Amino acid sequence: MELLEINNMVVEFPSRHGVFTAVDDVSLTVAEGEIVGLVGESGAGKSTVGNAVMGLLQSPGHMPSGEIWLHGERIDQLSPSDMRSIRGKRIGMIFQDPMTSLNPIETIEYQLVETIQTHLDVGTSEARRRAVDLLDQVGIPDPANRIKQYPHQFSGGMRQRVVIALALCVEPELIIADEPTTALDVTIQAQILELIKDLCKSRKLGVILVTHDMGVIAETTDRVAVMYRGRLIEMGETDQVINAPQQPYTRSLIAAVPPSNKKINRFPKVAIEESDGNALQNFDLKGHWLGRGDAFDTTVENLLEVRDLQKRFIVKSSILPRNRVYMDAIKGIDFDVRSGETFGLVGESGSGKSTVARVITGIYPDDGGSMRFAGHDLTGASGKDDARAGRQNIQMIFQDPYSSLNGRMKISSIVAEPMIVNKLTDTAEERHQIVTDLLELVGLGKDAAKKYPHEFSGGQRQRISIARALATRPRFLICDEPTSALDVSIQAQILNLLKDLQEQLRLTLLFISHDLPVIRQMCDRVGVMRHGDLVEVADTEALFEYPQHSYTQTLIGQMPKFAK
Amino acid sequence: MDSVKRAFDSDLAWSFRHSPVAILSATVALLLILAAVCAPLIAPYNPFDPASLNLMNGFSRPMEPNAFTGDSFLLGTDDQGRDVLSTILYGMRISLFVGFAAVVFAMIIGVVAGLVAAYAGGRVDAIIMRIADVQLTFPSILVAMLIFGIAKGFTPVHLRDQMAIWVLIISIGLSDWVQFARVVRGAALVEKSKEYVEAAILIGRGPIAIIFRHILPNVLSPVLVIATISLALAIIAEATLSFLGVGAPPTRPSLGTLIRIGQGYLFSGEWWILLFPSLTLLLLALSVNLLGDWLRDALNPKLGD
Repeated sequence: MELLEINNMVVEFPSRHGVFTAVDDVSLTVAEGEIVGLVGESGAGKSTVGNAVMGLLQSPGHMPSGEIWLHGERIDQLSPSDMRSIRGKRIGMIFQDPMTSLNPIETIEYQLVETIQTHLDVGTSEARRRAVDLLDQVGIPDPANRIKQYPHQFSGGMRQRVVIALALCVEPELIIADEPTTALDVTIQAQILELIKDLCKSRKLGVILVTHDMGVIAETTDRVAVMYRGRLIEMGETDQVINAPQQPYTRSLIAAVPPSNKKINRFPKVAIEESDGNALQNFDLKGHWLGRGDAFDTTVENLLEVRDLQKRFIVKSSILPRNRVYMDAIKGIDFDVRSGETFGLVGESGSGKSTVARVITGIYPDDGGSMRFAGHDLTGASGKDDARAGRQNIQMIFQDPYSSLNGRMKISSIVAEPMIVNKLTDTAEERHQIVTDLLELVGLGKDAAKKYPHEFSGGQRQRISIARALATRPRFLICDEPTSALDVSIQAQILNLLKDLQEQLRLTLLFISHDLPVIRQMCDRVGVMRHGDLVEVADTEALFEYPQHSYTQTLIGQMPKFAK
Repeated sequence: MDSVKRAFDSDLAWSFRHSPVAILSATVALLLILAAVCAPLIAPYNPFDPASLNLMNGFSRPMEPNAFTGDSFLLGTDDQGRDVLSTILYGMRISLFVGFAAVVFAMIIGVVAGLVAAYAGGRVDAIIMRIADVQLTFPSILVAMLIFGIAKGFTPVHLRDQMAIWVLIISIGLSDWVQFARVVRGAALVEKSKEYVEAAILIGRGPIAIIFRHILPNVLSPVLVIATISLALAIIAEATLSFLGVGAPPTRPSLGTLIRIGQGYLFSGEWWILLFPSLTLLLLALSVNLLGDWLRDALNPKLGD
């Protein structure tokens, strides 16, 4: 008998725009000691499957047809109170954000003991002994003392371990892990996935691992189910699905994953293309406004030279300077960006890589050191004329496509604004023409100009963001995690677009990312950042094949290997 | 036409069409506003024209012919023989005008103060918000009375009646700007940290343009909600001040003034002079308030079901 059996599950969300079918006729099984991956892009319905199994569908969602069997017992028609006892006792949950799944005002001990005593008939001292035991099993050092601490005293990875302990403490048969490592850095991700794998084998647990990350699937799961728009597209042994996908969607999804072991020129075309096609091929740059611009010295070897750059933030402010507490975000780093290259900055969260971008662009003032950009001095007050003249040639593409466009402005105004502010065009007709050209250049039709940002998907918004950045005729483009909020197939298209634009417009890129395979695809040279220091700078291939610094070695060693 | 269709299809319009309370309160509020605006056309008498008054008509009961003149009044007359219905219609004009103008005044001060505080931060923020805190320690009626009293002292006697309305507007507006400033500051702080503001800095926009062209349009929804609820409060504040005798003069009565006149006759049996203006005030304030409540829920999907 299978541990979990889902037969023909349908989940619907009625709204005033009609009924949205989030899950459409999905059947799958999970055996004891097996990890089944549920993979798909945003909106595929993968999390909804997990929520439906747990009976946690958000109102107005409901399950009009289908069956869920847990160990031969049908659970989809149970009353809410019966379902609650199953949820606590037989199905455990691990969510994406470890901070919100723990109660911040209670100690870890209280939370574990309370959960154990609610579901198992044991005394307090026995419950406490079990709790310490569990923390030890999930790899928390010194559990007898740390159990008395509060969630905020644990790091992100440790918190996720506590959440796993919480899910395990009632000895469930099935665990549903919804993006359990998405909020974690790559080194911690590897440890958590290893832990889930160990527990699954040693305790004969069934695990449903919901994720968007093909690398995590390849490393962790036994079988995988690929979902697309609520439907189960393909299901099979993980090795087989990844190495020999049967369905075109799965093939294009896997082709879009940036390989970590080699550099490819362009990502192959994917099945779901969201742009109107790229207009770059037949685009005459020389005669166009975009190709003109001010006289700009392209012969300098280093477009940007950064020396001993420092930046600190006030953590605790005070009227007296000596009482202020600072946090050093950038601790004196040196690097050069050569003309025409793509320089990558990679590091885990909090390493200061985004701060570097914001200091170069002048959004944050620097606290020492020097930055020279094509002969302009960028240091000091951001209002300085020399710095301003230099920064006219620097633009940035942001991480979050949803907050980087002003929702109250039409796309035409968003793209035209840089030209108006900098007085780059003579007439309104010329400006209008350039907006149309730019939108076509980034793969959006000219109809896009009349719309508002909310009418576009994340990837399309990122294209608009690129068009806006190009509207100042920049020579230097900073991309701050430009694809980390996007699905993998959309990411492939945006990365292709950036490469095309770089070649056509002879742009120099500073590419910031936490994602090592993406860095490998995009960059010529890479700097590795950690805690505000630049620990290693090397050519991309050399860095990935022969990392010198021990931290770089760890980082590359922990990166999920996704072999094809 | 495109924008009309877009507005009709919007979530706000949908929510309105599916909320009976919103439809009812909007209808009542609109009818009352319309009646006030068209008062010269629909009111049977002009209560501000002394020539049309006949003291003999004083204290006529509603819908009964007057014992001396034989004239009949739908809602009766007050002590000076003014038709209550007409005075309510004309009084509502003053109440609504003062309410709207005071809210607009408070909104302009509050929105600008909130935006500047949020964007500038640091000392400017601290100073503006401390002024707001101090303002909040005085009850708004007290502030209004204070300003009213000072202004009255500086106004020549023959201008006092005309100035009274404007002093009302300024004093109610000044006691009301704090909540606009607080809400706008909070919303603007959120918007300021969004990446589109950084993008605007990068393309060379100055602070003024960023505040008013980029941040302001994104904080307007909460302003709209507060403005609606403030309108009801401002109408009530005006009525309170007038009731206390520091607002609209008896020669140009607002609803509050009418209630003050009426309460003097309540126990001598002339109930209608008090009742009808009070009911009108209640209806007006309640409908605007309910509209504001609906707007707050409709614009904030997080409150949900």
